[in-house]
Amino acid sequence: MTSAILVSILMTLVAASTPILLAALGELVVEKSGVLNLGVEGMMLCGAVAGFAVAFSTGSTGLGLVAAAIAGIATAMVFAVLTLSLTANQVATGLALTIFGVGASSLIGAGFVGKTITRLGPVFPESLSGHPWLRAVFGHDIVVYLSLALVFGVGFFLRRTRAGLILRAVGENDASAHAIGYPVIAIRYGAIAFGGALAGLGGAYFSLALTPMWADRLTAGRGWIALALVVFAAWKPGRLLLGAYLFGAVMTLELQAKAAGVTWLAPELLATAPYLATIAVLTMMSLGRKTGRLDAPACLGKPFSAS
Amino acid sequence: MLEWRRRREPSTLMLGLSPLIAIGLTMLIGMLVFTAMGYDGFHAVRDIFLTPFLEPQRWPDLGVKAAPLVMIALGLAIGFRANVWNIGAEGQYVMGAIAGTGVALATHGMSGWWILPAMALGGIVGGMAWAAMPALLRVKLQVSEILTSLMLTYVAVQVLYFLVRGPWKDPEGFNFPQTRMFTADQTLPIVIPESLVHLGIPLALVIAVIAWLLMEKTTAGYAVKVVGLAPAAARHGGFNADTVTWATLLASGGLAGLAGLFEAAGPFGQLTPQFPTGYGFTAIIVAFLGRLNPIGIVFGGIVLAATYVGGEIAQTTVRLPQAATGMFQALLLFMLLATDVLVRFRIGWRGRTA
Repeated sequence: MTSAILVSILMTLVAASTPILLAALGELVVEKSGVLNLGVEGMMLCGAVAGFAVAFSTGSTGLGLVAAAIAGIATAMVFAVLTLSLTANQVATGLALTIFGVGASSLIGAGFVGKTITRLGPVFPESLSGHPWLRAVFGHDIVVYLSLALVFGVGFFLRRTRAGLILRAVGENDASAHAIGYPVIAIRYGAIAFGGALAGLGGAYFSLALTPMWADRLTAGRGWIALALVVFAAWKPGRLLLGAYLFGAVMTLELQAKAAGVTWLAPELLATAPYLATIAVLTMMSLGRKTGRLDAPACLGKPFSAS
Repeated sequence: MLEWRRRREPSTLMLGLSPLIAIGLTMLIGMLVFTAMGYDGFHAVRDIFLTPFLEPQRWPDLGVKAAPLVMIALGLAIGFRANVWNIGAEGQYVMGAIAGTGVALATHGMSGWWILPAMALGGIVGGMAWAAMPALLRVKLQVSEILTSLMLTYVAVQVLYFLVRGPWKDPEGFNFPQTRMFTADQTLPIVIPESLVHLGIPLALVIAVIAWLLMEKTTAGYAVKVVGLAPAAARHGGFNADTVTWATLLASGGLAGLAGLFEAAGPFGQLTPQFPTGYGFTAIIVAFLGRLNPIGIVFGGIVLAATYVGGEIAQTTVRLPQAATGMFQALLLFMLLATDVLVRFRIGWRGRTA
């Protein structure tokens, strides 16, 4: 009995963590290239609505996921053109992207409110995914496994490949990277596109797997939590995984407390937990570090122009 | 081939012109997008950007919507000048309304001229308190104020929900999630009889003038600008960046809180779960449209107010969905950021000397 409860808690935890993990992993790569994209929340919302719209129209959640990634890339490109090609302020443009994502997703989603789709299901056959405790390992959907694979993939790419080294060089010292002959702007375009795809997927995880339906501002600030998570992880993919699952645990706690009918704390105050936890984590990170600006890439947020 | 050439000095002509170009581009692109989506794009754009100005009966509503936007944006702009990115104004706005409403509920059944000023003070203090946490964390621990101020917005909204559904629920309100209605002594006076024009509107203009004097004519305003433009020079000049961070965050929090209280004690007359309308986020667009200049912000506030008023008109005339207003606002911010390139760069043809 207790093991069944533990397994079900674990399943909730993994599901709650996955969208933040995806979005934060994308942002980590973007920031490693020296760009701060504050528009994660906006890209997630665009992915969420595009994924739902396509899944509803075609009946295929797989196509929905593809559409979500494409929508994420498309919105990310708006940010890229403005900040890289037109050297607009990254903070302001990121904010604009979020405001845009809220408006655009609400506009597109208006026709889909109240519609339902089939939830994204587990990958493995019923004998494994329905097993009382084996489902803790085999009961997840494709996006969960993809997110875990991507953590290792991104970690390997950044630390062990030449391309990853160049990306980090661009983020640490764009002027030198440019002087050696690396295409700084093109590399950053690529990183921003990757970040957009993962944010879009993360957003779609809400509308295709967690809820599964469309509602305005469905992601409820998870994009901002993803941004905080990158700081928490000190720009390391492994720690990002840990951090995302920690946040997932906080959110699961909130859900479990609600389900258990906790009465001494109002549900509204319980709902503040993830946001307060984010502030607490950011504070602890700053208290824990010894010198300098954490481990942020040196060129983070600074505009670059070749001329 | 087209070529960008960095200007030695930012172009003052373009500084004034680029917001107008951005508005023009927003109208054009908005028209194309909404036509492509199957709406009457031409009439939608006309109703959103022109009708609110052309029909005098809409003007009071423009003022009512512009006042909170201008007040919040004035505070934000001072911070943005100093590279202090308070993006949680929505939370400070809500918390100001909550604190001011607390005063109103505590003075329930009393009367006197002092009640409304006490509520306004509560609003300012509430907004300031909500901005003080990001300020403290940034100054003491270098934690990004962007993330903390935004996280606190979500907290403020939940606190509002908690209060109106729980301890502050109107005992005579048929169990609706809302507070008592404010009494006459707790409500902003109407300055033009038989209209919606409340005292908050002229006050927003007064605050804009004060902000302009502060930024352009005092050493404090100069310090804010130097800290933002050249932090190293500011240190040599003896300006303390920490003081500027505190001052700008408290000022923007206080103004957002006061705007929230004015909205609660004005158009709303009570607190309800529908109170957070996103003015704190729209004010970011207002600040940029006004080029972070207090007088520019007044005009920026009126333009964004028009998108709200006009958005409602377009909902009835061309059945444009409500969400379209947000789209136009975001589009405007994108266009502003894009046209900003004209201020810093000269565009010409490659090969010719400029």
